[in-house]
Amino acid sequence: MKLILNGEPKVIDDVVTLADALEHFELPSATFAIALNQTFVPREQYASIHLSEGDHIEIVTAMVGG
Amino acid sequence: MFELAGKQIDSRFLLGTAQYPSPEHLRRAIEEADCDVITVSLRRQTLQDKANPYFDFLQTLPCHLLPNTAGCFSAQEAIVTAQMARELFNTDWIKVEVMGDEYTLQPDPFELVKAVEVLINDGFKVFPYCTADLVLCQKLVDLGCKILMPWAAPIGSGQGVREPDALRLLRERFPQLTLIVDAGIGKPSDATFAMELGMDAVLLNTAVAKASDPVLMARAFMHAIRAGRDAYEAGIMPKRDFAHASTPIVGKPFAAVETS
Repeated sequence: MKLILNGEPKVIDDVVTLADALEHFELPSATFAIALNQTFVPREQYASIHLSEGDHIEIVTAMVGG
Repeated sequence: MFELAGKQIDSRFLLGTAQYPSPEHLRRAIEEADCDVITVSLRRQTLQDKANPYFDFLQTLPCHLLPNTAGCFSAQEAIVTAQMARELFNTDWIKVEVMGDEYTLQPDPFELVKAVEVLINDGFKVFPYCTADLVLCQKLVDLGCKILMPWAAPIGSGQGVREPDALRLLRERFPQLTLIVDAGIGKPSDATFAMELGMDAVLLNTAVAKASDPVLMARAFMHAIRAGRDAYEAGIMPKRDFAHASTPIVGKPFAAVETS
């Protein structure tokens, strides 16, 4: 399945849910937040959200700011 | 002590966390500033470097976190960013920034109003970064804002308070609101001036972070903001057109004494 992850195309196999994709990328939990196709996805919904071809996933974490 | 979005806050100095020479400079600047609130932001998670030491570092700081939506140019971007920030930082506070112009980073009042309406209905404690336009501010208040963050000047410009009359008017019109001057402060006397106008607090970043000695500058601003607040509460004398002798005249030597 082709996904757009933080603006970059990624092709990954055997992925059904958002949680599957995060596991594939081995992302540490609780240090990021996610928007799927410009809509916020709460953490507790990762396992129930099914991904589709071409989905845009934004994964953000903390940084300095003014 | 003053109330800020449901919390009791000691310091009227809110500090940004960007552009410091090192995290240690930031930590020491926060100490010297004696501030209770710091601003933070979001960036894309990289897949190459998954650990985020900054996330852990933030948890060690004894401050309330105020996430911003910096870099957003539409209401929708700001809304989604705010929702992500709420989960990530575990706070319902959000500084809503929606830029309308890349050159001045001037807030877009129309998109700001749209974003604020949605975020207030979604339960956020909204800190809107806005211009000092009275009608815009009235609109934000009508939507339920208890806090306004009018700019002093464009972000990072260090120009100081460009529209003191506008800030003075906001203070007069919204006596119950929390007014925080945000952006454009260059030197401590700018912050004092803003506080003398009756602002409740000052938020700044670049003026401290980009000083030759950020830690010392943090202390300078801490004193300046306290001085300005004390002056406002003490009541500043009105200006006069002409001199008015401060030394008593009665008993002055060499004065002619009237005899009858």
